[in-house]
Amino acid sequence: MNEIKRHTLAVLVDNEAGVLSRVARLFSGKGYNIESLAVGTTHDPAVSRITIEVLTDEKQAGLICSQLRKLICVHSVKRLDAERTIRRELVLIKVSASTHEARNEIVQIASLFHASIIDVSTGSLTIALIGDESQAETIQTLLGEIGIMELVRTGMVALERGQYTIDEQTKEKDEFDYGKNVL
Amino acid sequence: MLMTGAQILMECLLEQEVDTVFGFPGGTIMHVYDELLNYPAIHHILTAHEQGACHAADGYARSTGRVGVCFATSGPGATNLVTGIATAYMDSSPVVCISCNVSLSLLGKDSFQEVDITGVTMPITKCNYLVRDVGDLADTVREAFAIARSGRPGPVLIDIPRNVTQDMADYTPLARDGHGKVGRLGQLMKRSSQNFRAAEPDYRDIDILVDMIRAAQRPMVICGGGVVRSRADRELETFANRIDAPVGITVMGAGGFRGLNPLATGLVGMHGSQASNMAVDACDLLIAVGCRFSDRVALRPRSFARNAKVVQIDIDRSEINKNVETDHHIVGDAKRVLALLNERLEQMDHAKWKEYVFSYKTQTEYDEAADHMTPGQVLDAIARIVPNYTIFATDVGQHQMWAIQHLHFEYCGQLVTSGGYGTMGFGLGAAIGAQVGNPEMPVVLITGDGSFRMNLNELSTVQYYGLPIIVVLFNNGTLGMVRQWQTLSCNGRHSQTTLDRGPDFVKLADAYGIKGFRVTDVTELEAALTEAFVARVPAVIDCAIDIDEMVRPMVGGGSHITRFMVD
Repeated sequence: MNEIKRHTLAVLVDNEAGVLSRVARLFSGKGYNIESLAVGTTHDPAVSRITIEVLTDEKQAGLICSQLRKLICVHSVKRLDAERTIRRELVLIKVSASTHEARNEIVQIASLFHASIIDVSTGSLTIALIGDESQAETIQTLLGEIGIMELVRTGMVALERGQYTIDEQTKEKDEFDYGKNVL
Repeated sequence: MLMTGAQILMECLLEQEVDTVFGFPGGTIMHVYDELLNYPAIHHILTAHEQGACHAADGYARSTGRVGVCFATSGPGATNLVTGIATAYMDSSPVVCISCNVSLSLLGKDSFQEVDITGVTMPITKCNYLVRDVGDLADTVREAFAIARSGRPGPVLIDIPRNVTQDMADYTPLARDGHGKVGRLGQLMKRSSQNFRAAEPDYRDIDILVDMIRAAQRPMVICGGGVVRSRADRELETFANRIDAPVGITVMGAGGFRGLNPLATGLVGMHGSQASNMAVDACDLLIAVGCRFSDRVALRPRSFARNAKVVQIDIDRSEINKNVETDHHIVGDAKRVLALLNERLEQMDHAKWKEYVFSYKTQTEYDEAADHMTPGQVLDAIARIVPNYTIFATDVGQHQMWAIQHLHFEYCGQLVTSGGYGTMGFGLGAAIGAQVGNPEMPVVLITGDGSFRMNLNELSTVQYYGLPIIVVLFNNGTLGMVRQWQTLSCNGRHSQTTLDRGPDFVKLADAYGIKGFRVTDVTELEAALTEAFVARVPAVIDCAIDIDEMVRPMVGGGSHITRFMVD
């Protein structure tokens, strides 16, 4: 229960100004460092999907979800089960490649990871890799020996396998779905 | 109909049946104030400071159950609201704050009196808005009021740039019951996971609790602020009588359970009565209604109610298991949940358990000193002179705890106090709001010299509007609560807590045009109270009490609930 591990949260929000800071604030206010954050619009242009990864225990992850659900800008929140979730991120790495050998080695490493070379110049190669964090970290170690000039990661995005979606009904979610109108 | 933003705002306030606004004008909000002159149905109370306006709107909301409204200008006007908003947020009080900002063309340029108030208040509001387009104004105001008062209530801020108050837009009147059907609010209402509606509790959860109650030998109930917010005092009394269980109150729960009911054990927690805290420790079923187990109540969450199954009833799902691990919970409005429980429960009898609980004291007895009045004597005198339905406001500190321990509150909204945020300086503004919202009711402010000095500028508001608030000032010449902590945990070293300085509160009251009294014994106090009460005029009564008087009992922060440092 109190074991600290990586939790992946998927959050559907209004695609509006200020929404990201409202969501991010909940984490900083409780002193959690967001490990990874990715935001983008969805098939509905009025809705954005935020994928947040945070290191915490089970209980705190649940509390964060409850508090996220209270934000007016939040449509739905789901903790994605690691076992049945596909997670991917895009990593762009610019590596110095001034010699023929270095260039060869970089191309070999890239092909091992099914990464593509997206830019070439006389002094550098830029690689794009899509994968999870273990692939990103391994390629980073290997290329680090040759010389990484710059590196950027998009942050994890995640979807559940099979027909599960973020709108799946749960007891916890039911408790936020209200019946009687008080307006 | 084509109208300016300021007119639309006024029309929207009328839609919400707002008849009172507290506030303070300024440069950016001047068009709103100008429009106010055309709307005599909206009564404006001009305070001395925006913080006072916000506390007044809060006090109005807490005592009437309606949404309190306050106005402030941009920049310092808006940031002066911040403490008031945080106070309302911590105690779930429905307040709508309307601030104006610099015009859109100046926004983001560090213009004169500009501040990003929506950014500042993000952590202390349920929601806030910057209205960039006058066409969105009416919808935004409707949404703001709906959010402030529904579900777990709380403050909402609307920031309107100056030019938006002058811009024109088409306004279509819409009665309040239609608000949830159109526009953005209509969409929000349709969406799941929104706090606009009161949760209909899960009947299976209700049945589980009924079984737990039937199985319990030593049930105990805690009445929290949620009972007060949902005005569920009758349902709670029926429930407690039915299951024959002792009921303790939290600071926010005062008024939620009739203080004179023989099942009442008084305050629970840090300054809880012996009966309450012993009962929490010994019970086998603890039912907390509208209570979030704050650190002032649970003290040491791991050992809190260690012999009991803990059941939490709360309207806010995110409060469940936040501070104390529970065995069962029901998400729903306290009034509805208790009504459903009452339908299912038969009369029970726990005479032996009650005998155990009530063998402990429910109230602290104070030693009578010859040269000073005791807090108990002052409060008893108040209770003798003013009627039992009097609304009490308090500030924060020793006087607050004494008042809650000693007075018996009869109904929800009778006590207006800053529980969660502990805002010194809350009392006078809040008392103004309570008096304006309840003009026929007597209002007494119980305060201390430290708290009162913080926002006593609002005495001018009291005098100007002729609000017959009786201020009873517990004057011990110190920041008593901090001094008490220093005595107990800093080896009696009293750093910067002694208030051996002015002002002379009687002369000060006089300067504000208010009758001041200095009393040294109970007879003088009763005479002063009677004079002010009969004449229905504001009064400040300075009561000297001893500097070393303590709030008893006291359990240290983070300690087990029955480990009394002083009893």
